[in-house]
Amino acid sequence: MRAVVIGVGNRDRGDDGVGLDVAERLRAAAPAGVEIVTSDGDPIEIIDAWSRAEAAIVVDATAPYGQPGRIRRFDVLREPAGAGLFATSTHELGVAEAVELGRALSVLPRRLVLFGIEAAGFARGAPPCPEVAAAVERASVEILVELRRLALFDALASLRAVSACQP
Amino acid sequence: MSDAPRTIRVPMLARVEGEGSLRIAIRDGRVQEVQLGIFEPPRFFEGILRGRSYEEVPDIVARICGICPVAYQITAARAIEDAMGLVVEPGVRSLRRLLYCGEWIESHALHVVMLHAPDFLGYEDGIRMAKDHAARVTSGLELKKLGNAIMTLVGGREIHPVNVRIGGMWRTPPPRELEPLRQRLEGGLAQAVELARWVASFPFPESSLSVPLVALSAPGAYPLDFGRIVSTAGLDIGAREFDAHVAETHARHSNALRSGFRAGGAYAVGPMARFALNHDRLTPVAAEAAREAGASSEERNPFRSIVVRAIEMVWACEEAIRCLASYRRPERPFVPAVPRPATGYAVTEAPRGLLYHRYRLDPRGTILDAKIVPPTSQNLRAIEVDLEGFAQSRLALSRAALSRACENAVRNYDPCISCATHALRATVEDA
Repeated sequence: MRAVVIGVGNRDRGDDGVGLDVAERLRAAAPAGVEIVTSDGDPIEIIDAWSRAEAAIVVDATAPYGQPGRIRRFDVLREPAGAGLFATSTHELGVAEAVELGRALSVLPRRLVLFGIEAAGFARGAPPCPEVAAAVERASVEILVELRRLALFDALASLRAVSACQP
Repeated sequence: MSDAPRTIRVPMLARVEGEGSLRIAIRDGRVQEVQLGIFEPPRFFEGILRGRSYEEVPDIVARICGICPVAYQITAARAIEDAMGLVVEPGVRSLRRLLYCGEWIESHALHVVMLHAPDFLGYEDGIRMAKDHAARVTSGLELKKLGNAIMTLVGGREIHPVNVRIGGMWRTPPPRELEPLRQRLEGGLAQAVELARWVASFPFPESSLSVPLVALSAPGAYPLDFGRIVSTAGLDIGAREFDAHVAETHARHSNALRSGFRAGGAYAVGPMARFALNHDRLTPVAAEAAREAGASSEERNPFRSIVVRAIEMVWACEEAIRCLASYRRPERPFVPAVPRPATGYAVTEAPRGLLYHRYRLDPRGTILDAKIVPPTSQNLRAIEVDLEGFAQSRLALSRAALSRACENAVRNYDPCISCATHALRATVEDA
């Protein structure tokens, strides 16, 4: 199973670089066959990245709701991403638009999971807050677990397909 | 509609590059004032360049724009080469033209399909349009990817390419490295032709721009990286004379300087200007696409500029194929720079129109002063003139409809205020 992890963000806007930090953290630890890319939020770039994979994980900062560093997971093809969480973006057109454009063009991977890390703020030039900085490691671990889960599901699906073919 | 005073105000223009607003004051049944407000903060590039070495200029000016950095790099390089009396190798000319074509392709594809086409088909944005026009949007995105691929292969990367330097390029690839582009460009050419047919079928509101059109013109080629500055009113000057004919002024409602003729009056640059002044210099497939689309050099309806942009995408693909075919790797990627105290000038055609650079250098090649006039700055007054006539003819519309129509009209110019887009929030209030 070809998989890609796409870290989205802008390091010049406070906590908005967390998606990029997670991607960088994963580069050293990702399993073989997993591509790690970063994006500034251009939906065309994001769609292009996941079009090369069967499974995609996107990680980005989400709007502040009082719990900075909280990590939320969305299985995009099975549930909505949560109105407002990804809809407001310091990088203008971003993850929400990429999902909608991908849906409209039928360019979505078989599995698409979004990891949102709640930000405290997006002030220009500000460093990430401690809670968000601490979330990088936790999010990286959760994404590695997710990658294994996706690989397992893919293997099980293949097994079932083989079994279904047998008399 | 009553004659009560009213103001059409669009605080944040949508689907344009950068932060701009529109304000139209109407009283006694007449448009009193049109203001295209530019509140993007001033970025002081001309100041930043003072005291820098000539070597740093291409990389600094690339940061003026993320959609058209190549335009700034190539124009800057040509201006400084002009000051130093440098002539780049023919192979470098081909590479730079190929790189510039890549930028035209990606910039035009993004604007035509994602930013502008939705206006003509009644969609809020390109994403909503994609649901009903998936094949066209996919073509547009494929062309954007192709343009980006050219910029990466020739320029080193698609955002702020790194391969342009004074005297040439840092590296000139062997032709075999560029060969994969040929097939992609053939495919892109076919897609661009289909997009031009699609765009030509749009319903176009009636409108007519009254100001002169200004563009480059060069014998035997559609204008891109060289030429004389000409206009539909008879202007014919070289780059060195630009300052003598064009003045920049400041208006309170705009953080961007605005250009106009020193003799008085606004003018417009961009695809419609280029086509009006160079329509007989298109390459064969682009010329056929223009004929099929019914494009005319007499066209002055700004809404039909999208047709010209689509034709220019066809031209850029053809021109890129021609550059690939004629490219021979030069013996050296750059000629040595020879700093000397001098002033250099250059004008090229960025995707949005004429771009002018001037640099004054000291004996060591340090920049003493710089002047950069982007195409959007030259169009600001023309947009206001255009909107005044456009709104005047549509006062019977409701506030909401007039507001939307005026915002659509601004997008005819593909203004690049910087590289950001914002959601539309229009408010209408009594003047």
